[in-house]
Amino acid sequence: MTTMETAPSIVPDFGDEDSDRKIAFVCSKGSLDMAYPALVMASGALEHGIETHIFFTFWGMDMINKKTMGNLHFSPVGNPATHMPAALAPLPGMQAMATKQMKKTLEELEIPDVPSFLEHLSDMGCKMWACQMSVDMFNLTKEEMYDQLDGILNVTDFIEIIDGAQTMLI
Amino acid sequence: MPVTTIADREIHVDDDGFLTEFEEWDEDLARTLATNIGIPDLTDDHWKVITFLRSDFQQQGETATLRRVSTIGGIPTKSLFQLFPKKPARKMSYVAGLQKPKGCI
Repeated sequence: MTTMETAPSIVPDFGDEDSDRKIAFVCSKGSLDMAYPALVMASGALEHGIETHIFFTFWGMDMINKKTMGNLHFSPVGNPATHMPAALAPLPGMQAMATKQMKKTLEELEIPDVPSFLEHLSDMGCKMWACQMSVDMFNLTKEEMYDQLDGILNVTDFIEIIDGAQTMLI
Repeated sequence: MPVTTIADREIHVDDDGFLTEFEEWDEDLARTLATNIGIPDLTDDHWKVITFLRSDFQQQGETATLRRVSTIGGIPTKSLFQLFPKKPARKMSYVAGLQKPKGCI
């Protein structure tokens, strides 16, 4: 332990003064690898005391559809980041294997599956909205979707709610 | 690393003010740390979190994340936001005399 300097009092600045910062994520994809970025970033924003919204639309509805939310897939097809020879990616069983491997890695890192992650975010105060048009398209009922959704919104209402938010489309 | 004076003691901290030496912390110091960040009274519920964080750190070698405190420590995330408002992960670590968590979730 080397003493380099002595300061009278160093207290972390938690920036507690009221901030009107808001973050919104639009989740439009239903694959496993596209679900996690928004969930992890939302978690970080909430831990930082930032008002956070997630709007699920199109294939992102799979993240809140009870039938699919616990069973999202990862496909290596068309994804050069897997560093797999392109001809191998579409082979039978490859998607299942890649999905299993990704889930295993996430589990080892103690990262929850999608349904538990959504609950974790709800507990932290995340606002989650389903897209009205997608609900109509996929013919979904409230009962078929994640129980703690804050509501179903048309895009105009969502745009109004996220006034001033930093918004990310995923 | 800077040395700061807290409760008339010299304490090693990082540049943000988080304690760097596990052994320099004790319960009296925790009360002062909590007061410093606007938590004037540490209740039994606060102590439950602090005790879990300290013992988990000893086993794991790093500060537990909010989710770990909830799943392993058994303290619901909602309570953590009530006990350590707005930025619970950082505030609970500070009061427990630990570095802020490295994990994302």
